[in-house]
Amino acid sequence: MVQPATIDMTSVEPVLARYRGRGRDALLPLLHEVQAVHGWLPREVLEAVGHTLRVPLSDIHGVVEFYSMFYNEPTARRVIRVCFDPACHMAGSPAVRLAIEERLGLRPGETSEDGSISYETVPCLGMCEHAPNALNGDRLAGDLTPADVDAFLAGVFPEPEPKIYGGPLIKLARAGKVNPLSLADFEKYGGYKGLRKAMTMTPEEVLATLKGSDVLGRGGAMFPVGLKWEMTRNAPGHPAEKHVIANADESEPGTFKDRALMEQDPFGLIEALTMAGYTIGAENGWIFLRGEYPRCYARLKNAIDKARAAGYLGRNILGRKGFNFDIQLRLGAGAYICGEETALFEAIEGKRGFPRIKPPFPTTHGLFQQPTAINNVETLAATLSVINIGVEQWHKLGTPGSPGTKWFCVSGRVLRPGVYEVPFGLTVRQLIQMAGGVIGNEIQAVLLGGAAGVFIGPRRLDTPLTYEDAKAQGFPLGSGVIMVFDEAVDLRDIMYMLARFFAHESCGKCYPCQIGTQRQLEIIERILRYGGPRPDDVIALRDIGHTMTQTSLCGLGQTAASAVLSAIDRWPELFAPEAANGRIRVR
Amino acid sequence: MTELVTLTIDGHEVTVPAGTTVLNAAASIGITIPVVCYHPHLTANGLCRVCSVDVGRRLQAAACVTLVAPGMVVNTQTKDVRLARRTILEMLASAVDLSEAPHLQDLLLEYDADPERFAGFEQRHTPVYDDNPFYIRDYNKCINCWRCVQVCAEDAQYTFALNFDGRGFHTTIGTFMGDGMPDTTCVFCGQCVGVCPTNALKPKRQAMLEEGYDPDDIFRQTRRGGKKKRALVGE
Repeated sequence: MVQPATIDMTSVEPVLARYRGRGRDALLPLLHEVQAVHGWLPREVLEAVGHTLRVPLSDIHGVVEFYSMFYNEPTARRVIRVCFDPACHMAGSPAVRLAIEERLGLRPGETSEDGSISYETVPCLGMCEHAPNALNGDRLAGDLTPADVDAFLAGVFPEPEPKIYGGPLIKLARAGKVNPLSLADFEKYGGYKGLRKAMTMTPEEVLATLKGSDVLGRGGAMFPVGLKWEMTRNAPGHPAEKHVIANADESEPGTFKDRALMEQDPFGLIEALTMAGYTIGAENGWIFLRGEYPRCYARLKNAIDKARAAGYLGRNILGRKGFNFDIQLRLGAGAYICGEETALFEAIEGKRGFPRIKPPFPTTHGLFQQPTAINNVETLAATLSVINIGVEQWHKLGTPGSPGTKWFCVSGRVLRPGVYEVPFGLTVRQLIQMAGGVIGNEIQAVLLGGAAGVFIGPRRLDTPLTYEDAKAQGFPLGSGVIMVFDEAVDLRDIMYMLARFFAHESCGKCYPCQIGTQRQLEIIERILRYGGPRPDDVIALRDIGHTMTQTSLCGLGQTAASAVLSAIDRWPELFAPEAANGRIRVR
Repeated sequence: MTELVTLTIDGHEVTVPAGTTVLNAAASIGITIPVVCYHPHLTANGLCRVCSVDVGRRLQAAACVTLVAPGMVVNTQTKDVRLARRTILEMLASAVDLSEAPHLQDLLLEYDADPERFAGFEQRHTPVYDDNPFYIRDYNKCINCWRCVQVCAEDAQYTFALNFDGRGFHTTIGTFMGDGMPDTTCVFCGQCVGVCPTNALKPKRQAMLEEGYDPDDIFRQTRRGGKKKRALVGE
């Protein structure tokens, strides 16, 4: 596509007019809106954006350069994004990509001559239960085969809904039963019951209930939610200067649990956030959603609008004088790092998603340096469930050390991949059996916790999935990923994709991660494609892993070597020089 | 009166005011913790992590941004600390040209780092930008310490001419849409050149002298308009 000689600003002007008077924190939403006009962000548009929001042009340039989904080179309005990460790869993504490339005559990263379509290969799109999957603009597609490519490109291939299994379904109780666009449906199936119940209690009583529930953060960091809310509540500041945030930047390869709630029961998240606002004494709610979740965006936006119209958001909610709370929905733009809580604040503030130095912690110095409680979507859903069913019922689920239920993202070589809501305490083997068992002859390995997790072999499948076992056995529950590999998979392929993911998503702030993720990728790529392992590769990978883990600034770098290091420990033969070429199966 | 905190660094007890960084507490008793990105007059961002030390936690802590705490036990030279330092330095040497960064050369020697260890992997290659009469930008030598971006912004000048291109390993310093410096908001204050630790930013006169140009030649090329302006002021 050739850059046009002049850029037509007539369609951009009305957008800018709506943003006049706003500041830098409106940068990401404005860039999204003006990019929709031309499909990309020409110099003239960026200059107008800078003028409108009074942000230096160099800073705007830095932001556009940071986020994968902002383009400062000619790009089409319609972008085809095909996932090339492990779950999709195993399910046939390479063949689908080949078919798309032949059909379009484009290579990844290219735009057609007439400027009507762009094509990209992208990291995990969070639809692993429908692997291989892709986006056609804002339209989702899953379970693709090369034969589906014409229908997919024409925009007539049916959109898949999340697959939810397991039970008892507590946090996902309404999923599949209600129309996700209907507030009336939501209310009919117990919606806003939890908020009403919480409002019969004092915020202190809600906090005591949550602390008694032992709900730990479900995003991976496992921080007790009751304590986090209490610290934010007790931090000095007026409710108008406090924030609660739903971290919906779910982007780690193999993770798709939060999408299930947001697509099937979006009002559930709105209610949970509102209850958090009541409990903490915060008037500002935010949902920060990854840019690759267009349908979540549409359904959440609809839910927020309807809740506001019905008086569930706004001032004096449910007639309670002084209970003011509203929610802003923010869309990311292709940066996994923005799931790191402080990087997420930076993104909302209109900056590059660089993680901040901690301390100070978000509970006192979060968004806009104000007290902030930021929670994973599933954690928020858990708080609402605790209030709904009561602490006693909650503790009857799971184990004494890990009460309640957990969403597990079971994917890869299993018969029924999906989100499994189950009580804590099931073993990995039980979950895989629940998912119909392995496709292929036998389980070769399982990736636990996520791209930042660890590989386990078949001998450890009877490990119970609880916080206490995770701690004792040194594996992370992470975001609940259970990705299964049968004997036909070359694990070095998978490691290459995980390493590629971290190198692509490293923000570049601290040196160990900035260079370490790149070198880790290059070493694994050389092992995989260019002649096999060299004698010093293991020690190099270990040194890089040690350095990233020990000294990186944030969790991304601290865990970027986790899976690779676990594979080195478990299957040294993968890295042995005599294993030079050919496929390797581990024992 | 400021509250005082007592901690132990490499076996030596030290008492410093609360709010002191581990880096400065160590310096106060003559223990040097190596730094790369840190500059005493700029906001510390904890980027290079070369100052990471053992503070008895699961992970190491960057001394330039970690504040002292009562009873803290700091070790600045454990095996793990030295290994991480060495690896960061080796990776840095493999990514960019450190030939004009004597401080980094010293550190490479001090930590037995092999600058060739990761040779053959991708380096950050950029063109050399020679677009103004005052300084040359050679980001092949840039280690992303952010000092130039910071002095150009809130740490000093509030000019906002510099920011970043790309992300991750491929992050480099950049201007709006790659504009040359005369087309940016740059006021040529020279502070970025002053704080650059690797000569990625170099005064044009110095560069020309190194290249063997005649001083008269250099004068002609770098004082465009200067004489004329002076004459006008004199009138």
